[in-house]
Amino acid sequence: MSGRHLAKEQPDSFAFSKAGEKEAKYWIAKYPKGKERSAVIPLLWIAQKDNGGWLSEPAMRVVAERLGMAPIRVLEVATFYTMFKLEPVGEHLIQVCGTTPCMLRGSEKLIKVCKKRIGEKNTISADGKFTWEEVECLGACVNAPMVQISNASGDHYYEDLDEASMEKLLDDLAAGRNVKAGPQNDRHTSEPLGGAQTLSDKSLYNGSRAKPLKSIPNAPKAAKKPAKKGVAKKAAPKKAAPKKGAGK
Amino acid sequence: MSELRKVNVDGKEIEVPGHYTLMQACEEAGAEIPRFCYHERLSVAGNCRMCLVEWVGAPKPMASCAMSVNDLRPNRDGSPANIRTDSAVVKKAREGVMEFLLINHPLDCPICDQGGECDLQDQAMGYGRGHTRFEEPKRAVDEKNMGPLVKTNMTRCIQCTRCVRFITEVAGVEELGLVNRGENAEITTYLQANLTSELSGNVIDLCPVGALTSRPYAFNARPWELAKTESVDVMDAVGSNIRVDARGAEVMRILPRNHDDVNEEWISDKTRFVWDGLKRQRLDKPYVRENGMLREASWGEALGKVAERLKGDPERIAAIAGDLCDMESMKALKDLLGSLGVTSMDCRVDGAAIGGQGREGYIFNSRIAGIDEADAILLIGTNPRLEASIINARIRGAWLHGEAEIGVIGEAADLTYPYEHLGTGPADIAAFAGKRGGFAAKFKKAKRPMIIVGMGALARPDGAQVLRYAGELAAKCKVVREDWNGFNVLHTAAARVGGLDIGFIPSNGGKDVAGILKAASAGEMDTVYLLGADEIDMSGLGKAFVIYQGSHGDAGAHRADVILPGAAYTEKDALYTNTEGRMQDGFRAVFPKGKAREDWAIIRALSDVVERTLPYDDLDALRATIRRPDAAAFDPAKLGKAGKVTAKPFVSPITDYYMTNPIARASATMAACAANAVGIAQAAE
Repeated sequence: MSGRHLAKEQPDSFAFSKAGEKEAKYWIAKYPKGKERSAVIPLLWIAQKDNGGWLSEPAMRVVAERLGMAPIRVLEVATFYTMFKLEPVGEHLIQVCGTTPCMLRGSEKLIKVCKKRIGEKNTISADGKFTWEEVECLGACVNAPMVQISNASGDHYYEDLDEASMEKLLDDLAAGRNVKAGPQNDRHTSEPLGGAQTLSDKSLYNGSRAKPLKSIPNAPKAAKKPAKKGVAKKAAPKKAAPKKGAGK
Repeated sequence: MSELRKVNVDGKEIEVPGHYTLMQACEEAGAEIPRFCYHERLSVAGNCRMCLVEWVGAPKPMASCAMSVNDLRPNRDGSPANIRTDSAVVKKAREGVMEFLLINHPLDCPICDQGGECDLQDQAMGYGRGHTRFEEPKRAVDEKNMGPLVKTNMTRCIQCTRCVRFITEVAGVEELGLVNRGENAEITTYLQANLTSELSGNVIDLCPVGALTSRPYAFNARPWELAKTESVDVMDAVGSNIRVDARGAEVMRILPRNHDDVNEEWISDKTRFVWDGLKRQRLDKPYVRENGMLREASWGEALGKVAERLKGDPERIAAIAGDLCDMESMKALKDLLGSLGVTSMDCRVDGAAIGGQGREGYIFNSRIAGIDEADAILLIGTNPRLEASIINARIRGAWLHGEAEIGVIGEAADLTYPYEHLGTGPADIAAFAGKRGGFAAKFKKAKRPMIIVGMGALARPDGAQVLRYAGELAAKCKVVREDWNGFNVLHTAAARVGGLDIGFIPSNGGKDVAGILKAASAGEMDTVYLLGADEIDMSGLGKAFVIYQGSHGDAGAHRADVILPGAAYTEKDALYTNTEGRMQDGFRAVFPKGKAREDWAIIRALSDVVERTLPYDDLDALRATIRRPDAAAFDPAKLGKAGKVTAKPFVSPITDYYMTNPIARASATMAACAANAVGIAQAAE
């Protein structure tokens, strides 16, 4: 049970990449002058991306200087949120969802694969390619079990995994092959396996079921006038007055 | 002010301003609310949950520190909301909170320095359960480094974040933070660097548990074995109210005492940690120089030697009173020398060109509490962070909570608040009057403008002219008004205002400090009486016979021909007047060391030997002769002297904050701080 601490070995310096610099400016510009520090989380995120997936101490200092805040304030944020990694990670950071739906659908098996292939969680594999950790719900329960893999190409979901497809995924990533994000079992997004089963009637979509409207609801002019008259008759303000009197 | 609102606390209906918190309302009604994180001089955090009260009808108890009376809705029948602080719900809530707080708190009270004065101990006794149900392992946290003053034992921390808020808000250096989260939350400085604030020691008082304790005081004493004496500090001219805790003949520690108009409840690190200097380098018996060597002597012999010298030509005798002198000794020495016809005496060791022109010309007229009201503050030749840390915190408070803007003419130092830098030298004072826009515009329109002139501006050869410049600026900008006097002089020495009030300055052609030194090195001065004066250039005393009366073996004693051992500020009942002209009583906490005596008594005894017996036999009789100078019409434009100024920029007289007086120089703690500060400065370069 230990807190998250800065890595023991730190690089000497950090600088934003060109793209990161541009993105940082975009985020800082979102906040009024004097409130630049509101952009601390986006900037830390950009810095993490630019630093190979983890936040070094120099990176935090650069962020602090950029936003005109004390380094301790940046450290507070960086240590609070677990999405900021304080230790170096492998080329691909695998976040296995271990929350109930994924667990019921076999995330424990994925973890077993990770342990076998990579080692203990939050360690870097021997080849430097992978780090894995268990995380809470990533919001893709319908495609459980799933993992999120963060690397230079971004953060992508790999869903509907089992031991075999997880192994294959790791093989492909290790070999540097392209992998397709999304379901790994030929599902299309979160459709049922084998394609959609309902709402397949084409007439639902080609307009053949549509019936012409007699009048358009809430249309101006033509439709309004008769309606107004009807309302006037029904409202009967005259009736309301005697009612009030009777009440008293 | 907001409207009054009725609220019913424990069946007692009271009326309080709507902006009051429930805690304030409950206290108004006489109910006691336990708390850990809440502190009335810091922002509200609301994270300890100890102050829970019941709002009858609400589903859950409320944190009373964070909820205002305005937020309460009256009962359905229109009667004021009912708050209960003594109900079963509240009792259970407090027990629950206390149980959670104690889950990860080690039960190491027997080896904890906070034991006996610990909020957690007291409140666990008062509001907790009698036993624990927790059987799991407790968490442990690594100790953190915070420098030579603050000792940490972070396992005891309950994450109230008072220290973080103090360092950020009052001290103004964002160095402490709460890192990690949940069970792993820890208080630390960035990369465990040392705290750099001059007010860092206050976190020790603020810490409700034993997580932050005093490093120099560690394992030295228990609070119940200490004799507590309320006194006044002399490390700077603020006159912070302190409590001196002593055991036997030893001062064990110094704590702040609340005084809203002076130091609130903070004291600077020098004030707090200087006490080990009271045990080292002490002058505990009279010495007489013989064949170039100092040898012990009896009081009779030493006083006889001094008396012999004082009977000489009064034109060739001079006296200088140092920075830590009490008013009584200065008054006694002035009376004695006056009766001998000596006119060369001065208390302005640093050569500041003040005094002799009315009292308002040398005191902090708007008072320290007046800073809170000021809306534009111009600092001239002063770095209040080093010269009077407490006042600097006050200025920061005015900037943070009020609308005060600050301008600086002088060194562009880090003052912990933003300011407009308007120049560095005397010429910039004159130029300021013609400036438009920015701070100058704000200053001229201000309702409560304030000028603070420091010793960096006055303690220089052209100090009198600089004072005239500042006075003229004050007159031009109408800083002195019928209901507001914003012309302030910030002193660096505790004795200075007292000395000026007494009139310990040259009269009838007498010489000032510079004159005395010049005359002495030219051989025109036979005898120089140093009353605790160590901050002068001793090589300038030439071949003069030097009498040193003081408490510490510092520069003065080194040069002296006769040493009369006096008492340090914790060892005498004495009066001190702070920079705002507030006369305060200091009390004796321990007796003077060895054969040393209270300073006024030494001079009284000397007067007998000189056969000019002073007309007072006890302290009260002496004090009865001390009168504050009569008030005179004050015209700032006539202060100082007209004349040319040099272009030399203002430099703060304090270069090493931790080493400004003999007591601090004798303190190992201060030496460690000074070494640490040097290290930090070097690292920054």
